[in-house]
Amino acid sequence: MIIKTKKDIPGHQITDPVVFMQRRKIIKALFATMLGAGISPSWADNKAWGDIKPADLSAKALTPTPAELIKNHTNYYEFSFNKTDATSLAQNLRTDPWSIEISGEVEKPGIYYLEDVLAQQNLQEYIYRFRCVEGWSMVVPWIGFPLASLLKKVSPLSTANFVKFTSIYQPDLMPMQLNHTMLEWPYVESLRIDEAMHPLTLMAVGLYGDILPKQNGAPLRLVVPWKYGFKSIKAIVKIELLKKPPLTTWNKFAPNEYGFYANVNPAVAHPRWSQSSERQLGSGFFTPRRQTEIFNGYGEQVASLYSNMDLRHFF
Amino acid sequence: MVFRLHSLWHYTIVACLIPLLGLFIDIAFDNLGANPIQALHIRLGDWSLRFLWLTLAITPIQTITKWRGMTDYRQLLGIYAFFYATLHLLAYLLLDHALMWRIIGIDIIESPYIWFGLLTYSIILLLALSSPKWAKKRLGKSWKKLHRFIYIAAIATIIHYYWQLKGNLAEPLFYLIMLILLLSFRFSVWFKQRQFNKLMIPSGKRVLVINTNPVEIAESSPEREVLLQKMEREP
Repeated sequence: MIIKTKKDIPGHQITDPVVFMQRRKIIKALFATMLGAGISPSWADNKAWGDIKPADLSAKALTPTPAELIKNHTNYYEFSFNKTDATSLAQNLRTDPWSIEISGEVEKPGIYYLEDVLAQQNLQEYIYRFRCVEGWSMVVPWIGFPLASLLKKVSPLSTANFVKFTSIYQPDLMPMQLNHTMLEWPYVESLRIDEAMHPLTLMAVGLYGDILPKQNGAPLRLVVPWKYGFKSIKAIVKIELLKKPPLTTWNKFAPNEYGFYANVNPAVAHPRWSQSSERQLGSGFFTPRRQTEIFNGYGEQVASLYSNMDLRHFF
Repeated sequence: MVFRLHSLWHYTIVACLIPLLGLFIDIAFDNLGANPIQALHIRLGDWSLRFLWLTLAITPIQTITKWRGMTDYRQLLGIYAFFYATLHLLAYLLLDHALMWRIIGIDIIESPYIWFGLLTYSIILLLALSSPKWAKKRLGKSWKKLHRFIYIAAIATIIHYYWQLKGNLAEPLFYLIMLILLLSFRFSVWFKQRQFNKLMIPSGKRVLVINTNPVEIAESSPEREVLLQKMEREP
């Protein structure tokens, strides 16, 4: 398959190389500090993500949103409806040790320790756009590996049509799970197998050269950059390959508002609000909103997955 | 006494500006979180809603406490509701959309929750314009009818609030309950009044009562309260 690279990036979005190199240095310094403090979990190897190279698919020219914003603006409803409160509450999450159950239509089902999974994967940096269904967006420098390369290791059967992901269930630490608030817990998401196998689709374990913060979905989350953020499920404990599509959390909660596909599409409004534009985190007052792009700007790579589909119907 | 009331009036004017001062402080100290534009926008909307609710609370408070000196304060709070709603609208147009009219147009057309916000704003704009004493005099009886539209504005406000949310519904629920209480108070007064009218006019026979002498009604009688309600010029 030929993966086309990103089209022209406007000049103002290109990071000054000097700034870029400074940032590398700062990240490395932060990293050294973290290692010195000995807080590296067992599934991160002892160099952690020391020597990460940018992936070919990474939008290297995009300026990532400042880390402080990415780390303090999360929708983690298991902990809180408040995007800032989730940061401190999520620190309680137990992520070490961590294992992932892979089952269903695969030749090699099993329970895999995260460290064993990571030992087999080539971690790279992927700078992707991230668009929330609420109308805000950011540019995130993820560290991770393609989901496809994980799935290939367990050899999906030809009957595997969908991939279902399940988040961690720790009601003693997650107030919304404990009180059965709003959504049905644990959180469930799903992709069609061709979406799951697409090279843009990631399993992320890091952010900004560092281990993924807990509020951002540590230790292992999905990243599907052409879909609304709620598809990119956090803290994954189970991956099932299925013949039929499962019911997913938001789709079940409000099927007319949150579709199974949830592809970013400025032409298809949410029933209660427009999706034509987005507020980029980090942009200042009086800055216009960014005009949302079809498939969040990844149309060249993914539009062919949906040819002959009515995107208004399959929203 | 006159002087004290006078200063209370001034204190109120200043106190109603404290939320705005708080916002400026939060902007100066970068306290508005990762999405400061949205945070500021929402804060202004919240304060507009709160002032609208306070405006609606004045009549019930007057009725319950039997203190009738609050009409001016109702006008003041109503104007502050309009003031914060104006800032809320300006924040949307200027801070968030930088006057990109094409995107604003699409946003409004595709976002039903904004329709309700605009409905509220149109109503309270009219109410603010017709709030000066001379306007009240000129409009006469229709002034009261016009200002009853505040109920529609309040209902549109709560829809505007609910329809934009994805997660937490606890906060709008609080305001919804408050609104239901404020409106049901008026309904119960209207209902009592209707019952009272039925008592005054025996069924089957309409009579016109013209009374040139003031009617003495005992302080304790329930009818007294209903009559006072009827005499109130404003909603």
